[in-house]
Amino acid sequence: MSAAGPVAPGEVALRCTDLHRYLGRDEGRVHVLKGVSFEARRGQVYAIVGPSGCGKSTLLYLLGLLDQPDGGQIEINGRVMSNTDDAARTAARGEHIGFVFQFHFLMLEFSALENVMMPMRKLGRLAPAEMEARARHLLDAVGLGAKTHRLGTQLSGGEQQRVAIARALANQPTILLADEPTGNLDVKNSGLVFDLITRLAKEQGQAVILVTHNPEIAQRCDHTRPMRDGLFVG
Amino acid sequence: MISPNLRIAYRFLTAKKRAMFMSLSCTVLGVGLFIVTQATTSGFEDIFTRTLLGINGAIRIEDRLQDTMRSMAAAGASDFYFAQREGVKYIEGVEEPQRIIDALRDFANVRGVSAVLRGSIQITSSFKTEDAQMFGIRLEDHLRVSDLGQQITAGKLEDFRNANSGALVGRVLADRLQLAVGDSVVIAARGESRRFVVSAIFETGYREVDKTNIYLHLPEVRSLLRKPSGATYLQINLHDAERAPADAARMEAVLRHGAKPWQEREKSWLEVFRALRVSTGITVTVFTLIASLAMFNTLAMIVLEKTKDIAILRSMGYERRDITRIFLWQAGIVLAIGAVVGALFGAGVTWLVGQVPLSISGIFKSDRFMVIYDWRHYAAAIGTAVIMVMVASLIPARRAARLEPGDIVRGTAQ
Repeated sequence: MSAAGPVAPGEVALRCTDLHRYLGRDEGRVHVLKGVSFEARRGQVYAIVGPSGCGKSTLLYLLGLLDQPDGGQIEINGRVMSNTDDAARTAARGEHIGFVFQFHFLMLEFSALENVMMPMRKLGRLAPAEMEARARHLLDAVGLGAKTHRLGTQLSGGEQQRVAIARALANQPTILLADEPTGNLDVKNSGLVFDLITRLAKEQGQAVILVTHNPEIAQRCDHTRPMRDGLFVG
Repeated sequence: MISPNLRIAYRFLTAKKRAMFMSLSCTVLGVGLFIVTQATTSGFEDIFTRTLLGINGAIRIEDRLQDTMRSMAAAGASDFYFAQREGVKYIEGVEEPQRIIDALRDFANVRGVSAVLRGSIQITSSFKTEDAQMFGIRLEDHLRVSDLGQQITAGKLEDFRNANSGALVGRVLADRLQLAVGDSVVIAARGESRRFVVSAIFETGYREVDKTNIYLHLPEVRSLLRKPSGATYLQINLHDAERAPADAARMEAVLRHGAKPWQEREKSWLEVFRALRVSTGITVTVFTLIASLAMFNTLAMIVLEKTKDIAILRSMGYERRDITRIFLWQAGIVLAIGAVVGALFGAGVTWLVGQVPLSISGIFKSDRFMVIYDWRHYAAAIGTAVIMVMVASLIPARRAARLEPGDIVRGTAQ
């Protein structure tokens, strides 16, 4: 299912308005997001920064349709997705959104190539040979062309994160969401991974939103949005 | 192209080799042992049925139904026959057997008919006297409705055929009277005695029959019983014995004589075998139950260990139903392998059991363990395993599908 039509570079790929989210139950219920509004354009890299617990990851999961807001609206490529059913949100994730998580989250029983092919297999837009060619191309692009058949367990942390980036880009999403993509890597690999994300996003005209604690990484993004206590503060 | 869900299911499953092997072993045992028990119980039921068919035929017609005012009125007015089984009165025996035999020729499934005249007798050898039952038969007719030809263990049928005073004596009775082929016996019935010669000794394997039955030529029995016409019953053999109940019902309606199919005649024994088959089936289903619990355990473990993978898949666009299918596929893989290996295991053990020497006599005679190969046993074994394992797998599969990806990546999955 297509959530929306193609979007030209520079256009708004993602917009959220007055997002609210509560977590926990009863006395432990916390108002994590208190009316957050935000938009991301294609070809631009956005950094959301802030202290732990300020709600930045919660916002990212809402924007990625992995979670549902308690209030407010999310538009993906012009289509309101916040009040749609699970099937529609799942389809939109597969087609328009790529995720990179802090802890790589590769499927370790599968090779790098298979991991990258997995979203393509679900979307079913390409023939098997085309899927494999694209997966090889993406792994080449992240510098792992020689390790396509290695299992996740046979790759280093930096390599796993590069495979995760290739996988996130597999279906040519319009939006790339990254939750502390460099948080688990050393300085050298952090730079490498960030450069990869921004380069590929610029090349393919994707809106990149990343959550980070790293001020150097944040400074290198096109836009930085500091968060505190469930709201953007700058 | 292999389904992506199947591909993922296979990898998930092979990553838990020990747990998968446990589930698989129980499935193989469940399917295999179910087949073996059904093959053996059905094997004994089969030889019992063949023994009885070989002695008494598929249908026995005896006793004329007495016309009632109601049946006569219905028969006179139209072709419609009003059957009223309860309270129907019978007149003993078949008064005009030849007319009935002629009418039975119109039944396509009938292979042979033998008119039998039965009477209680005392048989005396040089050793002792015993009570017995004599059966007056026309040999050629009776060979078409029984296995008498194959049941001869001493002497020759030819000698019986050629001697009017010949007798075929059951093995147990012959042993009790210490009779051998060629010995003479005196048979007494209704105050009349006559001397016969043992032409042959038969053994059906059914002890009650071998202990009491003596076959004589029909004219000799008529003479002894002073019954120049009629028969006690007509023994019928069919091309397809399974159709006996339907044929018997038609015969009863058309011929106005009581017709009993072998399934009704031997109902109590057949129910014993059925009960045995069901109880052994239930017993070995315990293995299938263990298989389903093992599968449940394996999948529940995989769900716990793969929550992050489930979140990844959901983030990539895999739907809840994909997640359910991934877990059901895992059960399906175990079932498919378990069914094939279990069926082969069952067939192999069935063959081995069939080689076991075992001397049985009483209601049938056998010198080895009886088994039969019936595709329905395999279908029932696999069907039981499929239902139990799939039902047990649904719970973890649905639990996996219900997991919220947002909760998992946040690390708060319950």
